Amino acid sequence: MFENFKQRAELSGNTEVKRFETTPSALQFIEDLLVQEDIKEEAGSYALWAQSPILSSFDADSMASRHPGLYFKVDRELAKNARIGITQLEWGLAETGSMAQDSTNIEQRLASALSWIHVAILPTTKIIADIPALMGKMHPKNNKYITLITGASKTADIERVLAIGVHGPERLIIVCVDDLQS
Amino acid sequence: MTQDMTKVVQKALKNQNLAGILDRWDYPTARAKAYEGVDFQALRNKIADIKGGAADHLMDLAQTFKKNAEANGVKVFIAKSADEAKQYIANLCKEKSVKKIVKSKSMATEEIHLNHFLEQQGIDSDETDLGEWICQLAHQTPSHMVMPALHLTKEEVSDLFAQEVKRPLDNDIQKLVKVARNEIREKFFAADLGISGANMAIAETGTIVICTNEGNARLVTTLPKVHVALVGLEKLIPNYEDAAPILAALPRSATSQLLTSYTSFISAPTPDENGSIKELHVVLMDNNRTAMAADPKFKEALQCIRCASCLNVCPVYRLVTGHVFGDIYTGGIGTILTAWFNELKSAEDIQALCIGCDKCKDVCPGKIDIPALILELRHRTTQKEGLSFIYKSALQVINNRKVFHSMLRAASFVQKPFVKDGFIRHLPMFLSNLSEYRSLPSIAPVAFRDIFKTIKQPKCSEKAVFFAGCAIDFVYPKTGQAIVTILNKAGIEVVFPQDQSCCGIPHWGSGSFDMAADAAERNIKPLLECNPDYVVVSCASCTTALKKEWAEVLHAEKRDDLINDANKVAEKTYMFTELVSKLIKEKRLTPKQGVQISELTYHDSCHAKRHVGISQEPRDALSAAGYHITEMKECDTCCGMGGSYTVKQPDISMQMLKRKLENIEATGAQFVSAECPGCLIQLGGGLDKAGSKIKAVHPAELMLDKFE
Ligand code: SF4
Ligand code: SF4
Repeated sequence: MFENFKQRAELSGNTEVKRFETTPSALQFIEDLLVQEDIKEEAGSYALWAQSPILSSFDADSMASRHPGLYFKVDRELAKNARIGITQLEWGLAETGSMAQDSTNIEQRLASALSWIHVAILPTTKIIADIPALMGKMHPKNNKYITLITGASKTADIERVLAIGVHGPERLIIVCVDDLQS
Repeated sequence: MTQDMTKVVQKALKNQNLAGILDRWDYPTARAKAYEGVDFQALRNKIADIKGGAADHLMDLAQTFKKNAEANGVKVFIAKSADEAKQYIANLCKEKSVKKIVKSKSMATEEIHLNHFLEQQGIDSDETDLGEWICQLAHQTPSHMVMPALHLTKEEVSDLFAQEVKRPLDNDIQKLVKVARNEIREKFFAADLGISGANMAIAETGTIVICTNEGNARLVTTLPKVHVALVGLEKLIPNYEDAAPILAALPRSATSQLLTSYTSFISAPTPDENGSIKELHVVLMDNNRTAMAADPKFKEALQCIRCASCLNVCPVYRLVTGHVFGDIYTGGIGTILTAWFNELKSAEDIQALCIGCDKCKDVCPGKIDIPALILELRHRTTQKEGLSFIYKSALQVINNRKVFHSMLRAASFVQKPFVKDGFIRHLPMFLSNLSEYRSLPSIAPVAFRDIFKTIKQPKCSEKAVFFAGCAIDFVYPKTGQAIVTILNKAGIEVVFPQDQSCCGIPHWGSGSFDMAADAAERNIKPLLECNPDYVVVSCASCTTALKKEWAEVLHAEKRDDLINDANKVAEKTYMFTELVSKLIKEKRLTPKQGVQISELTYHDSCHAKRHVGISQEPRDALSAAGYHITEMKECDTCCGMGGSYTVKQPDISMQMLKRKLENIEATGAQFVSAECPGCLIQLGGGLDKAGSKIKAVHPAELMLDKFE
């Protein structure tokens, strides 16, 4: 399942899939990325981390103090000026390399739709087959705004030439975590 | 076709940007890859069931949607007309003091010219889909349903953007996209209202589904305080699960992707980050869709999921773009939708552009017979307005065997001064554009029907009736002779009823179903008279008539007493190569050993391949007879003949021919063959005019001396 998911996702346009056995190793990867991308207290260089289950497994405040510019709250002004948006996704779909987001909470959309880089955290155990399988798990009755995300924001509207990062992220980094429970 | 339209077509043909872009894309290959491992036929059957079923209950579904969405807190308005929809949105804007709007892609808003209307109310409405924004800056309508600005080059886009941002820009596409991102981002944050369309509306859950690659719809539905979705009633589907097959087909067909980057299911207004609840309005618009659903023929068009693959494969669309072929909705399906949503009148000129090659029908995930519906439009126009006098007289003459045949004989005499090697290379004055790119074949001095009388037929246990069709009878009698010889070799006696005449395809193609039914009626009896084992045809268009159209057109014209006989003809009808390939398998025809192999490329006539499904049999027969086949690129793309199309749309026809000839030349073959005299007239005439060494020859003549 994971291999299919990874293969399809990495074909869907500026998407990298990383896999970690433990939550701490995944967190370390993300912290390294914050440094690499030069996250700082400056418009255009923020990193925003939307409400997600993974937050209960570490001390967010101390991480924020290590990385000025990293916020664990999301509003539209911060989002407009964010370099990185981090969210946790509900399901992965192996057939298309997509992920399902419960977007009802606007934070999830702001953090994943406006930044240049979207870091998508996904429990590896939650990769399922396809859309029909997802329909058994997520239903509009319970989830009022669902988004399926497949690859980065892209267009081919000028001469059919692929261009990445039109209105949304130009890079999607999927962080699969084996021991993460949702 | 009106004078205006001729000018428009000629102008469009001068600019081949879009054709070049489509070529570089190579849609057929990309599409095939996206569909790997998917049973397309099963998938489209499912979609046709869902959408066809929905079309049966549009208003019920609209009410169910309304009830369920309102229970979620969505405000739903069912608009009967375009005006009602516009008024609702205008009132909402007034109530909320809206000054600025951002829009994501919505064909329904284009259909009712919403931007223009809002502008008149003093409201700025900005498109945010890149292609739509480019069209808006250029003050143009979309030329393609999925990629609206496909007709513009990067240089043109760069100029438009430079004007907008008031500084010079270079032509790099990646940079241009970033310019758009910057410009439009501010608009998202400043807007008071967001307008979107929807790809689906799910009645069971009151959900709208929106697919975009750019992610603009997520912002349109998130950043402004109010969101309005304008949704045509045909987007309704009954259940949540029904969305799955449509999501499996739409991105694959539209952009050869497995899924679009962002697919959103929105079922309720959601809270903003300060806790206030957004407002969500859904306007379900009828604008003649229920009338369309009530029409037994056109209901089918509501199965469309707007993937635009019918445009991508259409040989006419690629030459003239959606600005000529279509209106807001473009291409073949656009012609149909335009007729219903904007009135029949505006579709009249456009429908004449379809050559009826059936390419689109093959790839349509909604399983819509687009060319048949265009023909139905033509039929209804013809019934209402009649054909032009000259055209109608011509069709009447064809239907009067004696007059038509004596005219053809007279023509054979009159044309003499222009004929050389069986071709007419120049025609005087007003007819000259017909022979500008293509020599015309001459009428043969002696018709096949007269030659046949001189061929003695053996008495055999099996009999084949030969239906020659006008072209073999009067232009290519040698083909007829070859067919008789080969059938005789297989121990089949050939009968040629002298009462046979035109099969009626020209009448059918012009929408004159009554005259087509007359043609069927005239031929059926003579063909069945000798109780034949086979009815042999060697013209793809005639084959379509005998195998399919006669029964259908008799039914449509309520002449049901003849249908049994028409079906009998259909059962016995073989295309010549179809029969030869069978006879070879049955060892009743034995290919000669040791013949020298010749190089051949084969052109699939539209009628043969897509109307009656014959493409392998001629290849099998010709290969057995000693021909090595090198396939040309786009071997099943229309050559541009299309019966009278070449006369009515000479400019488009000749462009299609040009491309075909290039593909033929590239194979380096000695011969090109097609089992259709119409295609052979077009191909042979084109090759002759171009001075090519390649000869266009009918399969029967190629096989004449290849059997023991
Ligand atoms: S039948 Fe051929 S010409 Fe007509 S719309 Fe379809 S693809 Fe185009
Ligand atoms: S008619 Fe068929 S191929 Fe054309 S846009 Fe509609 S669904 Fe797609």
